[in-house]
Amino acid sequence: MRYVIHRLGFFVLSLWAAITINFILPRMMPGNPADAMFAKFQGQLTPAALDAMKKAYGIGQSNLWHQYIDYLHGLFTFNWGLSFMQYPTPVSDMIKASVPWTLGLVGIATLLSVFVGTTLGVYISWKRKGLLDNTLPVVSMIFQAMPYFWMALLFVFIFGFKLNWFPMSHGYDPAITPGFNGTYLSSVLSHAFLPGVTLLLGSLSGWIVGMRNNMINTLGEDYVTFAEAKGVSSSRLMFSYAARNAILPQLTSFAIAIGNVVSGSILTEQVFSYPGIGNQLTSAVTSQDFPMIQASFLLIAVSVLVANLIVDLLYSRLDPRIRTGGLRNEG
Amino acid sequence: MEEKQPVLELQHVSVGYDSPAGMVQAVNDVSLTIYENTIVGLIGESGSGKSTLGNAIMHLMKNNAVLTSGTIKVMGKDVYSLTKNELRKFRWSQMAMVFQSAMNALNPVLTVEDQILDVFLSHDKSMSKKEAKKRARELMDVVSIDPRYLKSYPHELSGGMRQRVVIAIAIALDPKLVIMDEPTTALDVVVQRSILDKIKEIQKVKKFAILFISHDFSLVSELASKVAIMYAGRFIEVTDSHSLMNAKEHHPYTEGLIRAIPHLTAEEVTIEGIPGNPPNLVELPTGCAYHPRCRYANELCKKKRPEMRHVDTRDIECHLYETVQK
Repeated sequence: MRYVIHRLGFFVLSLWAAITINFILPRMMPGNPADAMFAKFQGQLTPAALDAMKKAYGIGQSNLWHQYIDYLHGLFTFNWGLSFMQYPTPVSDMIKASVPWTLGLVGIATLLSVFVGTTLGVYISWKRKGLLDNTLPVVSMIFQAMPYFWMALLFVFIFGFKLNWFPMSHGYDPAITPGFNGTYLSSVLSHAFLPGVTLLLGSLSGWIVGMRNNMINTLGEDYVTFAEAKGVSSSRLMFSYAARNAILPQLTSFAIAIGNVVSGSILTEQVFSYPGIGNQLTSAVTSQDFPMIQASFLLIAVSVLVANLIVDLLYSRLDPRIRTGGLRNEG
Repeated sequence: MEEKQPVLELQHVSVGYDSPAGMVQAVNDVSLTIYENTIVGLIGESGSGKSTLGNAIMHLMKNNAVLTSGTIKVMGKDVYSLTKNELRKFRWSQMAMVFQSAMNALNPVLTVEDQILDVFLSHDKSMSKKEAKKRARELMDVVSIDPRYLKSYPHELSGGMRQRVVIAIAIALDPKLVIMDEPTTALDVVVQRSILDKIKEIQKVKKFAILFISHDFSLVSELASKVAIMYAGRFIEVTDSHSLMNAKEHHPYTEGLIRAIPHLTAEEVTIEGIPGNPPNLVELPTGCAYHPRCRYANELCKKKRPEMRHVDTRDIECHLYETVQK
């Protein structure tokens, strides 16, 4: 329990740090959003309009402390400012529209990759030097070694353009009205298939090879030999003794992977014109949409922190050595 | 003298490692019989093949080890004639093993209790969990650990406690033979002593036979009634422990080992080591494998391997004793 409180405290502290840095950084940059907007209209705006804009953005009218309080207040009431790019759409609306797509696509692809890769890793290490063990790591490594946007382009070309099996872009068919029905859902699925497979193939090898190597190390441990000698059945030996220990290092990689889900796979979303946050972020950067960039960065930072918190807590469930306390002498 | 039942019979056992350079003989034509309720010591330096032999008896062949010749019988049963499933049942119910590294023999993510329960539940499917838990508590009593440590994880126990848990697991099914592969090596001297006393105490009650593998000469000679000394995969001397310390005629290697023991009571302390290094098993010296390090070596030793001779109460494999009685 002390461990959980400790982790939570650390989480709150780093969350505050991320939020504050996100506040300070843009204010350290030269210029301000009103000037940027003024420049964007290339002299078509009057200086009075510039003043009005500065007032609207709250520039120069209050001290930094007030701005910080306003910022925090806005943050927790989902008032994240208005986008420059799609003025005057609130940034929170744009994020709400794009995040589910990314979470759905990259999130599911990542979870699938971890699950499938780890399971395959356990299997091929158990059947070591078998056919699958000799081929699978090499084949999957070839896919991982390819630049994945290139693989994505190749897939679009072959399966989208040439064979016409899957749609080439977007999250769903624009001719269909979104709703919770079969046609819409199958459209979403078929649109997500190619980018999903690309992401899966691009990351699978790491999980397979990582788990396989961990397993081989663990299988050489004395406690596995000892358990084998004492007559434990092979399935219990494989899961409770070998895989249960071998999976621990995988968790750390898993934390990094789920932290990367929200930042998305920018390139994959670009290639497939997928309406996710990665795509939004790219266009926000190219059009200097500061409120959008700021909100995206904050979201990425928060998701990395949340992912780490989850994995820390998971780790403590799986590895008793992490938990403090417990039975100790006359404790 | 009453007729004793042999628990372990080794007949001309050879074990090799299948390596790219060819078969490397780690154990070379050894024979030994251990009777019930006796402790036999096996001494040798690192790489002499003692652990390989221990694992071979358990049929736990690692790193491409193969039994190249000979038979290993435990309780009259050829260990290598059993099917995989028979072997799984036979191990631990008839023969068990305590591993060299107490620190690594327990699974870090399972509680002590789970790891003891695994023994009972894997061997007797009909046993209830409640019964198994009761037996686990009794085992903890036998090795003098408070049963509340059953709920602990291995990292919460000291090295000595962990080794006692390992011993508890080894004797869980009352095996007739327990192989102890350097059970005290990783522990400090004080804990070593308490573990050793515990082993002796349990052995007196349960009356199983022990093959005690060690490189600690004085420890083995104190514990065991019979001692086999191994060099380069061969038993070069098999003796009772009384004559090991008292008799004069020994294999030159054994003599060297005895000279290397410091004597607390001796006025002038001179400890001699044995010069040279253990032989490379890939390129064994011709003739007697010990001849390059032997102070008595002559031309014959380089050419011809000596035969095992019975000298007084001992079996010695050395040309020095060939002229003595057969």
